[in-house]
Amino acid sequence: MGERWIGRPLKRVEDAHLLTGRGAFIDDHPPVPGVHHAAIVRSPHAHARILGYDVSAALRMEGVVGVITGDDVARHTKPFSVGVAAPVHYYCAATDKARFVGEPVAVVVARDRYLAEDAAEAVVVHYEPLPAVVDPEKALEPGAPVLHEAVGSNLASHRRLVYGDPERAFAEADVVVRERFRFPKYGSTPIETYGVLARWDPLEGVLTVWSNFMGPFIMHPLTARVLGLPENRLRFVVPPDIGGSFGIKTSIYPYIALIGLAAMRTGLPVKWIEDRREHLLASSSGTDRVAYRELAARRDGTVLGMRFRWFDNVGGYIRSPEPGCSFRPTGNFVGPYRFQHLEVEASTVMTNKSLTGPNRGYACGHLYFETEGMMDRLAETLGMDPAEVRRRNLIPRDAFPYRTPTGGLYDSGDYQAAFDRALELARYGELRREQARARAAGRLYGIGLALAVDPSVSNMGYVATALDPQFRAKPEYLPKSGAVDGATIKVDPLGRVTVVMATTPQGQGHRTVVAQVVADELGIRPEDVTVVDEMDTFTRFWSISSGTYSSRFGSVGTSAAALAARKLKAKLVEYAAHLMEVPAGDLEFRDGGVHPRRGKGPSYSIKDLAGRAHWHTQSLPEGMEPGLQVSGVFGFRVAEAVDAADRVNSSNTYGFIAEVMAVEVDPETAVIKILKYVTVHDAGTIINPMIAEGQIYGGALHGLGGALYEELAYDEDGQLLTGTFMDYLVPTASEAPVIEIAHVESPSPLTPLGSKGLGESSSMTVPAVVANAVSDALAPLGVRITELPMAPSRLWELIQAARAGAVARSTP
Amino acid sequence: MKPPRFDYHAPSSVDEALALLARYGGEAKVLAGGQSLVPLLNFRLARPAALVDLNRVSGLAYIREAEGQVRLGAMTRQRAIEFSPVVAGRVPLLGEATRLVGHLPIRTRGTIGGSIAHADPSAEYPAVLTALDGEVVARSPRGERLLRAGELFRSYLTTSLAPDEILTEVRLPAAPAGAGWAFEELSRRHGDFAIVGIAALVVRDGPRCAMARLAAAGAGAVPVRLRAAEEILEREGLGDAAIDAAAARAADLVSPDSDVHASAAYRRHLTGVLVRRALHRAAARAGARG
Repeated sequence: MGERWIGRPLKRVEDAHLLTGRGAFIDDHPPVPGVHHAAIVRSPHAHARILGYDVSAALRMEGVVGVITGDDVARHTKPFSVGVAAPVHYYCAATDKARFVGEPVAVVVARDRYLAEDAAEAVVVHYEPLPAVVDPEKALEPGAPVLHEAVGSNLASHRRLVYGDPERAFAEADVVVRERFRFPKYGSTPIETYGVLARWDPLEGVLTVWSNFMGPFIMHPLTARVLGLPENRLRFVVPPDIGGSFGIKTSIYPYIALIGLAAMRTGLPVKWIEDRREHLLASSSGTDRVAYRELAARRDGTVLGMRFRWFDNVGGYIRSPEPGCSFRPTGNFVGPYRFQHLEVEASTVMTNKSLTGPNRGYACGHLYFETEGMMDRLAETLGMDPAEVRRRNLIPRDAFPYRTPTGGLYDSGDYQAAFDRALELARYGELRREQARARAAGRLYGIGLALAVDPSVSNMGYVATALDPQFRAKPEYLPKSGAVDGATIKVDPLGRVTVVMATTPQGQGHRTVVAQVVADELGIRPEDVTVVDEMDTFTRFWSISSGTYSSRFGSVGTSAAALAARKLKAKLVEYAAHLMEVPAGDLEFRDGGVHPRRGKGPSYSIKDLAGRAHWHTQSLPEGMEPGLQVSGVFGFRVAEAVDAADRVNSSNTYGFIAEVMAVEVDPETAVIKILKYVTVHDAGTIINPMIAEGQIYGGALHGLGGALYEELAYDEDGQLLTGTFMDYLVPTASEAPVIEIAHVESPSPLTPLGSKGLGESSSMTVPAVVANAVSDALAPLGVRITELPMAPSRLWELIQAARAGAVARSTP
Repeated sequence: MKPPRFDYHAPSSVDEALALLARYGGEAKVLAGGQSLVPLLNFRLARPAALVDLNRVSGLAYIREAEGQVRLGAMTRQRAIEFSPVVAGRVPLLGEATRLVGHLPIRTRGTIGGSIAHADPSAEYPAVLTALDGEVVARSPRGERLLRAGELFRSYLTTSLAPDEILTEVRLPAAPAGAGWAFEELSRRHGDFAIVGIAALVVRDGPRCAMARLAAAGAGAVPVRLRAAEEILEREGLGDAAIDAAAARAADLVSPDSDVHASAAYRRHLTGVLVRRALHRAAARAGARG
């Protein structure tokens, strides 16, 4: 057995380029002859009817070649399909009304971006301002301004999902705990913003679009339809490097349509690089949510059932893949707990805020913030330790693979072991003793716990959970399911190996990881594997679910590479058997070549076989295809369509996260100091621990943003209050706590390598663990954290109110 | 985020710069480190007809002592101030405040003159200038004049500098023997503008406090000198009770606003808390030396 590369913290082959400024991002794309630059005119109003445009002054400016308005958009494009039945007409720019501040209303194309921005100022749009609404609950009140007249209300989607018998669970409960939570609207602010470069070839009728789109590639056919192009006349090319995305760049596709339209109308290549102001104003974010939670339990701490009532705010239009904000975690709604009865009432609401979409941890940050808060409320109600309440409800290790009441199939895990590891690493008992000492001294010291099932590789089928079962039962309805990725391995005449992927990496180190996987499979060294990972829909394998999102790559991308390598090995064994005139069953592939299974005999290295296969095709056995190029497409069989009872295995592999945090709150300033933070992950087989650790760091900091710093905050009139990096605060290295990481490995039985995704990781637990730790610190004052982010000013006001309340209560 | 058209000039002397400002009749802006002005240009919030760039003017970056003052050329980078032995020895309050200004790349470009002329009320340097009752030198075609901190800051991002005037030097009184100092600040993140920042300097004279200087950043439209709180200390000394009384008084002296980061009530409360903390640290330092 040769060296194993999986499991080693290999340095990333990508980094030399990135660290020396040689990355190839969308803005670095080689100049396209005749390229012109776009500036987008955006609505200053949160809600306004568009009465007309005057583009004459802009067009008179020297160097301006065209202006596209909502009229052109309405005339030459179709609205995008949306994921709900409500008749929401979502075009790539406003046509009749503007429904959020920053919504595109026109595009100016000019010789350079400076000029384009000058001309954008000269475009006159006549608006009739309308009253705005930004709160998802207020938007559903009678008399609220209605954004979409055709829908008739601001409710884009409403589903009531019932699993088991929640009615009975609540009737039989010893205790019922209730709470209202508010989760903030925040994004990911990738260091590279959106970028689109579109070129129209009228002779062949092909629109080529270079962009930092990350998938899912379902958006490709959707965009083709909007532009009236056959799918094989719309070419998406993604540059080798994307400067981060975290889900946000899924939502670039309306701009692909808008800039594509500009290129088609002007007949010129058009480039648009989103600036930071545009990004904060109008790219994409997670939803803000109001949640009403109820939990039914027995006196011993056993959870019997839960009720979720959600109001997810998707902004001015529901943009696909929303309402994934509610349904992406359908299979793991119950998290790591074994209760069987659940009612979910999910309302997706449109308000005059910017649009939403996948954001690292898509919907799971919300889910666990609420659920883990409820577990603490239960512990408090019963006077139990929060660790004990959780332990009592964990799915036991012998229950895997575990089918959740909502249809999820948890492939593997040992939640108890991972949780114990976290408690032990954090020295939980010692922390509690420290807390007792601190409290006795009047200090506000708190300990938080958070557990989460970390879903990876979304099954595209979950999106249909948003539709009524009756709708899905119609004969013309096409069921949806799937999660696939492809890889191609080529061996050249000298035995060198090239792997071709199309997974749209955004900094995750796919090339490094694929080299590790293929090196192990073929018994060669990673440096002998060249990995090319560039998406081009005209030349690469892709399908509806392609792309890098929902922590797919560690699970499905690596599986495709392993599958292709295994097919190559099988072919090499068959070829060698033919050359050696022995049955293939007597041979095996190991240590970089084909060897007899038993005893001594001739062996063939990859290089031997490659030379012969390329130079001497006559030596191939009858029926064997010449060449050493093998493709593998890996798909999960467990990705099934949602059933009539709304059960769906919404992801394909499921990891686990257990976290412990200790904090101290300054009673005077309400500043939160993180004293200890332990995070334990089970993502199955870890391929590259250094990359895994990087993902956990990033995820944790991202979650810390939502917990303490980041919010796209709006005033009542729908104006964005945090439109620059002076006001929208992203945590930096200075804000990072010390992070103690450990892994427990329960390999997935569903993937060739046993690996699961881990890219979203602690982004989904940190909001919960920080809130729980701060609530615990403030428990002596009776303050509970139910809203994020916890800015010191807001927290101080909670403390003041609690103190005033305590004084009022103690005064007869 | 591209600025509208503007003319760009890079004069090599202050006189040349002044002539350019005069030529544009108030439509030109002076560019120093660019850490605030360039974003304003890119957001199209500032639309000057011209930029007069001082970065190539020689003789505007220096730190020297004269007449009991430390004098800093307007183009002295914050990074130079951070590591200046003169600053550390003679105006240590400025040194401590500097470490709270932005991050390293910002301090490498940002200048003391630019920061003060920009007059952000939540920035550190205007508060230090106010606390120490320093002055700035302003030059115009009419000659040179001196402006005290109290005369300079008018409102948010507004000074009494004339459009054809250039701030060329900042003068801070050197700390006397027995001085203790502290800059206490609370910001959302390291390097952000202060929610509230307090500049404090006290001079111990036996059991008495010979001098107290206090100013608040982030607590109003201009940096606020907290004179009535200083008087309590100068009257009652640096004991805990006096410090508490000064802190309570300080909170009454400010009239902060609410914004997305903090409410007015929180800022007022913080003013008291941070004055107390700053005074305790400053008093301890004064004690250690006196």
